[in-house]
Amino acid sequence: MKFPVQTSPHVEAPSNVADMMTVVLWALVPGTVAAVWLLGWGVLFNVALAVGAAWLAEALMLWLRARPFRPALTDRSVLITGWILALCLPNLAPWWLPVVGAVFAVVVAKQLYGGIGYNLFNPAMVGYVVLLVSFPEAMTRWGAPVEGGVASLTLTEAAQWTFLGVLPGATAFDALSQATPLDQWRMVVTQGGDITGASIWQDGAWSLWLNLAFLAGGAWMLYRGAIRWHIPVAMAVGVLLTASLLWGIDPERFADPLFHLVTGGVIFGALFVATDPVTASTTPRGRLVFGFGIGVLAVLIRSFGNYPDGVAFAILLMNLAVPLIDYYTQPPVFGRKARLDVDTEGR
Amino acid sequence: MPEARATISPGLHGFHGGLDLEYHKAPACDRPIGEMPLVDEYVLPLHMHIGAPAIPVVSVGDHVRRGQLLARPDDFISAAIHAPTSGVIQAIEPRGLPHPGGLSAQSIVLAADGEDREAEPLDPWPDYQDKSPVELRARLREAGIVGLGGAVFPTAVKLATANPGGVETLVLNGAECEPFISCDDRLMQESPEPILRGAQMMLHAVGASRCLIGVEDNKPQAIEALQAVIDRLADEEDERRLEIKVVPSIYPAGGEKQLIRTLTGIEVPRNRHVTDYQLLCLNVGTVANSWHAVVEGRALTERVVTVAGGGVVEPRNLRVRVGTPMAEVIEAAGGYTEGVDRLLMGGPMMGFALHEDAVPVVKATNCLLAMRPVDRDPTPPPQPCIRCSRCSEACPADLLPQQLYWYARARQFERSHDYHLFDCIECGVCSAVCPSHIPLVQYFRHAKTEIWSAERERAKAEHARRRFEFHNERIERQKAEREAALAKKRAAIKAAQEKAAAKQDADEGGVPAKAKGNSGAASTASTDDGKSAASMSIEAARARAKERKARVQQGERATDEPDGAECPSDESTERPGGSS
Repeated sequence: MKFPVQTSPHVEAPSNVADMMTVVLWALVPGTVAAVWLLGWGVLFNVALAVGAAWLAEALMLWLRARPFRPALTDRSVLITGWILALCLPNLAPWWLPVVGAVFAVVVAKQLYGGIGYNLFNPAMVGYVVLLVSFPEAMTRWGAPVEGGVASLTLTEAAQWTFLGVLPGATAFDALSQATPLDQWRMVVTQGGDITGASIWQDGAWSLWLNLAFLAGGAWMLYRGAIRWHIPVAMAVGVLLTASLLWGIDPERFADPLFHLVTGGVIFGALFVATDPVTASTTPRGRLVFGFGIGVLAVLIRSFGNYPDGVAFAILLMNLAVPLIDYYTQPPVFGRKARLDVDTEGR
Repeated sequence: MPEARATISPGLHGFHGGLDLEYHKAPACDRPIGEMPLVDEYVLPLHMHIGAPAIPVVSVGDHVRRGQLLARPDDFISAAIHAPTSGVIQAIEPRGLPHPGGLSAQSIVLAADGEDREAEPLDPWPDYQDKSPVELRARLREAGIVGLGGAVFPTAVKLATANPGGVETLVLNGAECEPFISCDDRLMQESPEPILRGAQMMLHAVGASRCLIGVEDNKPQAIEALQAVIDRLADEEDERRLEIKVVPSIYPAGGEKQLIRTLTGIEVPRNRHVTDYQLLCLNVGTVANSWHAVVEGRALTERVVTVAGGGVVEPRNLRVRVGTPMAEVIEAAGGYTEGVDRLLMGGPMMGFALHEDAVPVVKATNCLLAMRPVDRDPTPPPQPCIRCSRCSEACPADLLPQQLYWYARARQFERSHDYHLFDCIECGVCSAVCPSHIPLVQYFRHAKTEIWSAERERAKAEHARRRFEFHNERIERQKAEREAALAKKRAAIKAAQEKAAAKQDADEGGVPAKAKGNSGAASTASTDDGKSAASMSIEAARARAKERKARVQQGERATDEPDGAECPSDESTERPGGSS
């Protein structure tokens, strides 16, 4: 009897990429629910618009590149890209902001590099940075969950604002929008003020709840093996160490470490963005270096740079360093861990 | 003598990574080993071991008996082959081998006569303690014993290489970590005594002081059977050197270096031998057969083969004569089930797929695994690598398969080297965990062969380049020498002519009166002149001949210079070995 020949092993992994991505998608749910709860329906519009645009952009690019649709559109990675980008955007963003960002992320940062697995930079962060650089005004349309703030807008009202730029009745945009804690800190410092007295924390308590929801999602990903602990932990350590150092030097100008940890995109970025396997380091030690580097850079950019938040830039900069990090952090190969005192010169 | 010191730490030491597989050992492991009935024809490939192919010592038409030597080892690293039953040598011709490439090779074809008459056994040595290690090794060589765990390395050679540094600890490999395979498990359950007696003999043969027997914890009956004999030997003979170590069932716990790491804590690097660490690792089946060879004088003519998988009706272990066609073995296990589409030799992780089942069972055949599509996970088409690192987390060699893959795919083989491609043991773990279903091991095998062939090409090109350079050098030198000789000749002629002319001038200038007065003098002078010119050229020719002779003598050292006589040279000093 004759048989067709296959190479070993003859055992296949029961899991696939789509399963891993599904874990991440579920992990995004608690954070998204909390964000909608705290920051209003705008978040949901952002998510829907970014995810839809990303998916369509992916399909379009696959068609242009004459690649099979099915594997790329069903691996769910593009949904994550859109979703993550959406969660970075201001809750009072106009409809085109998530669309432009998601299209750029998928077309330029992902598909032009060759699609999933080949992109050097995190697509969502590329999309975010492009929006930040191109549309600085639209990117500051944050509304805080204060009394009578964004969360009080009904679904219809929020939709009207997002798509038509119309606010209900007498509501002024200024009444809704509010500077983020990071912006407040920056404002105080650039005006030469002393932040120890200023209440940059004041209205930032809601971000604790949001972070808790993201942490719940992160725990789920860790439990399901979609991410490893190294990057988030190293990034948190990097943030805390750098912030402590600066704060120790000048507490009037530099924010305290805890402020850095819970504001902006640190926790979200550490759990959901920096852990993107394609663009992160892939060795255990390399992940520690990668995460730590992001933490350090994020605080430095926040403290000395021109943009309020530095997480996205820090992630992109460290993406660039990944090939180098991977090369120099290879784990010792079997047999080279313990240098045993064996002399075989005489043989 | 090298001072090898490697401390064996107590307790178990897990290796990095590994896989908790579904083992599928039942039902074959629950059934006793059956006897494979005799068949009509046996095919014995001359090359079914590591090393040089054996050389036939029988001719077509010879009647042979079971255990009779058919082919002798050709080299130090080679193994003898014996008749699996009695019969007539029908042919010595190329036959299909169990080989991933479906190759054929010279094989002895034996037509069985069905009587299974035994040849005179080798001299039994029940008192092997009186024999020296050299004698014991000679016996193992004579009996055709090779490693039955799958490597089929001649056991005598393995023991010989172990001797220089001495062996302190003998490791018996009874881990049998691949799914489906249970031949060692059954052997340990049914005949623990030959294994442990064999271990005692091996301890004697290599001068080791203790023996660790590594068995995976999914074989409780085998552990129990071995332990019973160990306890008895301890009571009856005060044998305290044998110790069972139960190791966790994590593939590839039965890899030689992984097992040694688990049992001793010692990691043997790729470029080192296990024996550098005063260790020796042998498969349990090898040890049992070695014991039969020494104590009973029985040559290796059969082995236990697991016939398993959903592709056979009655999965079981069979004691099969070496050379039995695989199709007959499958038949003895009830035949194929409907829809079988893959036949493997070995387990699903490292075994290779066979092109056909007409090939014989060889000494390496530990398992025949027949599979239907329903017995396997579906094989989705490969997707791009997302660097999730599941492969590197599972790699027992601590490699980064995701990086190796990247460079192997980009054909950047230099980089693959940097990422330790050659430390890959091809265990298949990375492929088996890859969520993108990339056939990683296949990429690594391919990269290895590419690097090997590139190295061969490089060596060849270097050789050709050097030949070409020598050739050019020689042509240049010959040309220069010819020109030099020519110039010399011309100079000599010119000098002779000048000399003659000068003489003539002097003759003419010195005795003008004479010339005038004696008309005959001029003619005399001219003859003199002619004479001297002739003698000069003769002189020059002689000198040249002399020089040439001297050079020939000198050049004789470059004996194989084809044009040495014409062009004697000092090439021999430049060219190592003097051969072109």
